[in-house]
Amino acid sequence: MAARGPTAPEPAFASRLGLDLQQSTNHCLVALRGITKSFPGVVANDRIDLDVHAGEVHALLGENGAGKSTLISILAGMYRPDEGEILIEGRAQEIDSPRAAIELGIGTVYQHLTLVPTLSVLENLMLGIGSQGARLDLGAARDRFDELAKVLGVSFDPDATVAGLALGQRQQVEIMKALWRRSRVLVLDEPTSMLTPQDYDELRHYLERLKGQGLAIVLITHKLHEAIEMGDRVSILRSGRKVGSLEPDAVAGRSADELRGQIVRIMFGDETPEVESAVELSGAEAPREARPARGPVVLSVTDVELAGDPQEVGLRGVSLELHAGEVTGIAGVDGNGQRELAEVIAGQRRPDSGNVFLGDEDATRLGVAERQQRGLRYVTDDRLGEGTVAGFDVAMNSVLKRIGEAPFWSHGRVNRAEIDRYANQLVEDYDVRTPDVYARVATLSGGNIQKLVLARELAFSPKVVVFNKPTHGLDVRTAEFVRDTITRLASEGVAALVISTEIDELITLCDRIAVMSRGVVTGVVDNAPGAEERVGELMVAR
Amino acid sequence: MEDLFTETFLTALIAGGVLAAVPLLFASLGEMVSEQAGVLNVGLEGMMLAGAYGGFVVALETDSTWLGLGAGMLVGALVSLVMVVLCVRMKLDQIVIGIGIVLVAEGLTSLLFDARYAASRPRLPAASEWAVPGLSELPVVGKSIFMQHPIVYVGVGLVIAAHFVLRRTSAGLSLRAAGEKPAALDAAGVDVDRTRTWATIVAGLGAGLGGAYLSVIAAGTFTPFMTQGQGFIAIVIAMLARGTAPWTIVGSLLFGMSLSVATALQLIGVQISTDYVQMLPFIAVIVVLVLFARRSYLPSALALPYVRGER
Amino acid sequence: MSARASSVAARAAEAVAASLVPAILALVATGLLLVILGHDPLEFYGDMLDRGLLEWPGFQESVIRMAPLLLIAAGLIVAFRANLWNLGADGQFLLGAAFAAGLAPTLVDTLGATLTLVAVMAIAAVVGALWTVIPAVLRAWYGVNEIITTLMMSFIGIAVANVLVKGPFRTDTGGVARTDTLPLDDRLPLLGDTQINAGIIIAVLAILAVHLVMTRTSVGLRLRVLGENPRAAQHAGLHTGRLTVCAFMASGALIALAGAVEILGIWGSFRADFNPSFGLIVIPLVFLARLHAIGSALFVAAFAVIQIGGESAARKSEVSSDILLALVGLMLLFMAVTEYLRTRRPTAVGAG
Repeated sequence: MAARGPTAPEPAFASRLGLDLQQSTNHCLVALRGITKSFPGVVANDRIDLDVHAGEVHALLGENGAGKSTLISILAGMYRPDEGEILIEGRAQEIDSPRAAIELGIGTVYQHLTLVPTLSVLENLMLGIGSQGARLDLGAARDRFDELAKVLGVSFDPDATVAGLALGQRQQVEIMKALWRRSRVLVLDEPTSMLTPQDYDELRHYLERLKGQGLAIVLITHKLHEAIEMGDRVSILRSGRKVGSLEPDAVAGRSADELRGQIVRIMFGDETPEVESAVELSGAEAPREARPARGPVVLSVTDVELAGDPQEVGLRGVSLELHAGEVTGIAGVDGNGQRELAEVIAGQRRPDSGNVFLGDEDATRLGVAERQQRGLRYVTDDRLGEGTVAGFDVAMNSVLKRIGEAPFWSHGRVNRAEIDRYANQLVEDYDVRTPDVYARVATLSGGNIQKLVLARELAFSPKVVVFNKPTHGLDVRTAEFVRDTITRLASEGVAALVISTEIDELITLCDRIAVMSRGVVTGVVDNAPGAEERVGELMVAR
Repeated sequence: MEDLFTETFLTALIAGGVLAAVPLLFASLGEMVSEQAGVLNVGLEGMMLAGAYGGFVVALETDSTWLGLGAGMLVGALVSLVMVVLCVRMKLDQIVIGIGIVLVAEGLTSLLFDARYAASRPRLPAASEWAVPGLSELPVVGKSIFMQHPIVYVGVGLVIAAHFVLRRTSAGLSLRAAGEKPAALDAAGVDVDRTRTWATIVAGLGAGLGGAYLSVIAAGTFTPFMTQGQGFIAIVIAMLARGTAPWTIVGSLLFGMSLSVATALQLIGVQISTDYVQMLPFIAVIVVLVLFARRSYLPSALALPYVRGER
Repeated sequence: MSARASSVAARAAEAVAASLVPAILALVATGLLLVILGHDPLEFYGDMLDRGLLEWPGFQESVIRMAPLLLIAAGLIVAFRANLWNLGADGQFLLGAAFAAGLAPTLVDTLGATLTLVAVMAIAAVVGALWTVIPAVLRAWYGVNEIITTLMMSFIGIAVANVLVKGPFRTDTGGVARTDTLPLDDRLPLLGDTQINAGIIIAVLAILAVHLVMTRTSVGLRLRVLGENPRAAQHAGLHTGRLTVCAFMASGALIALAGAVEILGIWGSFRADFNPSFGLIVIPLVFLARLHAIGSALFVAAFAVIQIGGESAARKSEVSSDILLALVGLMLLFMAVTEYLRTRRPTAVGAG
């Protein structure tokens, strides 16, 4: 548990950070009043009030789709609210552009990092600074970089190109960027999603130091334990509304368990939550029951090497075996070779060396379609980017991977009636909410697109299924549906590989968990008590 | 073959090369800037033609070469505003709009010239050259390089300036970010559309100036379709320059000389079809691309409209 | 499937409206231009219609003109549907024309007319297809932007066509360099008593074939998937590299065939520096039709009338016939704006 409550500022540090700390530390820097924002068909934020105090971490907790990202986009000047006002130091301010937010001292670190990969660290930090005609002052920038590096306690080459940095380092650059212009408020959107446990500890450490400087920090998270561990004040969002909050005096001095109980009560009232976890209740799940005897190996990957694109880590000597009826997990921070592995297994990429076996057959040289025929399926994490063609209708997307195959085509000619019949069946079976199968996929919600993709991949009796971050970005109900589906498949004898960045999810689902770091499988852990800690250790192993 | 190295030949080759290179230089420099910001300006040919016509008309009416060049820039910039409104602001397809601009400019300039000047076919007086003191006395390069209209030296200055702006200023950083990852620029508090707007206008200014040079200085008159695909050649040069401004000089000279080498050869009595020579630089580029083919080195967001919140 | 039928019908109606509105706007704008230049636009358009469509000789000429334009449109649709920017149509067209003009007069002595026509068109198509291989391969496997490479190959193609005509294919007669002339009797047969040659039949068959392939077959769907979302194509196991090369080659073949038809049907010979520059002008037409083959055919027909009638009307009223370029360019710009206004309906933006 982090030290609670506001810390007295260290003057030397404060001046180094360039913070304006004339006022007392624990005053309300930013106040949101009645913020409402609607998008067609959905009220993302419904009359939200929020107070952000200097020297405090205000954790904003809520599940996917609760409206957290919209709220901070408003604070960052990306969206303008329909109603409500924003008070900075008690004065109402119009934040009509990202520039306005920056000038008001609000620095934002977005979930999807916004660095230019081809520019150097220093160039990224200087982006947008000063008048556009001005010559870049590299000397001053270097000095400022050194200052901030000291404050954060990090070190890397400011002239390195961002594309060459690890994800954790990129986030540090992002935080530097947010602090660069002497921000008073630091907004972090899901900052831990790309961090190893060690990076997470480091993040907590320097957030502690920053708040010691009198900075106000807004932390957006969907993980209950993070809100409890880092937040001095916690607000809970649900379906666009603020359903409750815990003031610092309610947080300080309470145990994590007490807080957890309290937050869950705020979220659900006295009723028992109908869904297992509205927010990720870390460690709350009981370890899953062990499955009976192992089935035969149906897929094996042996010594796969892949150089990968310049922006990827690639794969180095990866070996893995999947058994029928078992769920194997791949844990690791995003971008450590999971996608590369999934694509090598699916046949979307050919490894530089090493093999992929389906049963006894060497499938290394087989394409996607041939592997699909042999019972392999790949549920991609990028549902809109590659899983579907947004401009095509639901029906065509449901046969996207079977173009030219009977019964949907015969002699190269399309049988539209058969496709429509099949698509209607899938839509019904998986409860895909769509007006009809002629609606373009672009008009469907993320959860329904995921159901459509699942339906497509799981049709025609699969034997091995690779799930890449299958619940990422989904609402609780759909996520639960996806997890149930995976469990059901395994009980039917299918071998499943689940790639996830959420250790809790893997603990719930998997029989074994392999850990990837920098393109290497650093270890495989049986899902038994203590597995979580072991996985965490393996995530940073070399 | 020793004839190839006579002073007559080399002077003709270099002088002709520079003359042909200048419009390419201005246009490709402008195009490079807009490509860096993520705007692929396929309409360059149209902007050059419009600049050529506008420059010709103003130079003719005012008897001033400089006003003609200025008018060419202005007209080029005006045409680029179409691109700004339709592509940068309305996020419409840059390639489709670019082709539309080329067609309209070709049609309009030809139509207007035909209506006003077809009968008289006026010519402009030869523009005065400016000899660089001392250097212009040198053999071969003296007359060919150091006796040009001053705008040529301005062009070289612009390349250096563009290089400095792109590498060493805030604006240059913003431009490069707009082409590579516009969302990052947006988050950093710089208006992506505004950045791209300026870059597109720069392309219009450059193309307009290049076109005006063609009519006002190089040809001394306007003829319909006089750019003859030079706008497209300039796009090729800009893409090959990959954001490094000095390469536009190299590329323009290479293509310019290939346009002039046939004439130079005729001066020394060698008859060779211009067809052979004119395709040489393209073949060279294709060979280079085939031999050193790499993943696209163009800005990631080139020709992609930026809409906040879309990835 | 009435749901599908009605939604398809609604979409079709909308598409037709969205195509006609910009065409009309462009006609109005060009009319204003004519007024400014002191001409009567109604008279101009009237002449255009008379001489391009209503009077028999003009009508025939329009139909003849349609043949190469339709074939180019067919070629462009194949490439554009796969989101491949083949901007090298002029080079492909002229190479097809040069080979047809260079080979046909010689071959006809040994093969006879019919076989020669077939053989020469096949050769032209192969040349056109091969001419796209470099841009296609560079794009498919090395990600090199095809706009730049097809443009360059187009410039090279134009030069090569001229080199051929001034060199190996050159006839002995003096004057401007040109190829031997294919005798009138050996050219593409005329339809009945008309002056219209069989090129139009070839072109209509080609555009119909492209339509059927694109809408009814798995090959067409694969190309569309590649065009709409190349990563999804990869994910679905399509051989994207192979598809890219095939689409490019088909595109080049059809466009070069247009060149052959132009020579074999009309000119019989290739004169040096012949270049009707059809490439750039057909692009707006296929876009106006939203890459729909049948729609493109209608726009091509309309354009052929505008071009043939317009040239004649321009001569009569003494304006430059290049006004037609402005007209087509304006159609394209207005189409873009119409499209913008049409699709700017609020779309759902994910929240949360």
